Amino acid sequence: MSWFRRPSNTPLWRDEFSVYTADERYVNRRQFTKFLTLTSFGMVAGNLWILAKSALRRPPSFPRVAVATLEEIPVGGVKVFNYPSAEDPCILVRTTADSYVAYSQKCTHLSCAVYYEKEQNRLECPCHQGFFSIADGSVLQGPPRRPLPRVELQKDGDRLVAIRTEGASA
Amino acid sequence: MNNSKPPQSRELTAIDGAMVLIIILLIVQIWLLSATLESYLAGHRDVAVPGAIISAVLFAACFGLYRFVDRIDSEVRKG
Repeated sequence: MSWFRRPSNTPLWRDEFSVYTADERYVNRRQFTKFLTLTSFGMVAGNLWILAKSALRRPPSFPRVAVATLEEIPVGGVKVFNYPSAEDPCILVRTTADSYVAYSQKCTHLSCAVYYEKEQNRLECPCHQGFFSIADGSVLQGPPRRPLPRVELQKDGDRLVAIRTEGASA
Repeated sequence: MNNSKPPQSRELTAIDGAMVLIIILLIVQIWLLSATLESYLAGHRDVAVPGAIISAVLFAACFGLYRFVDRIDSEVRKG
């Protein structure tokens, strides 16, 4: 049994470009079906690429970096720093006298820089009006679907030290 | 009065039905890829395996339907 077509002595060009209108309806449909099937294969390739990226990804290593001193920022104040690499901007907010939170500054929608909106006590992305909770980085409103990656902080004497990032994308 | 369609027309209808099924499967695959990518970027890497398996099954179904269309085309045109 042949996988596809019965063997034919007709040249391929004559088979694919029939002079008969009735045959052309079949050829067009078959070629369109082939195009759809190849597109379907492209979708599988995309899923396999994600699978390969997941399997080959090494667990990230996070350095301990001092990002600020305790009294450096006033209550409601903000400091921008880079963590874990120089290409990862983060925002540190002092929410109360002894409470600090830090998140990645890249909006999870299209990577615009978010800023702290003190009056509403939330983080805002000015590009598409995405709002994030200052408490946990979750999405309050707008187009982003994922929360902001949170930078875990530790107090070390009078310094704030970033020790890892939670929920960071690949 | 005979209302039955000529055989050629019935086969064209079968091909059209197969094409519609492939399009539906393709839409599901596109949604699956976008959902898997969204989960991957959110750090949920465990969805990659079921996503790839389901996508491969959908592709196998598309491929089977393509074989069906190809065979009908071959049978009708070669006589």
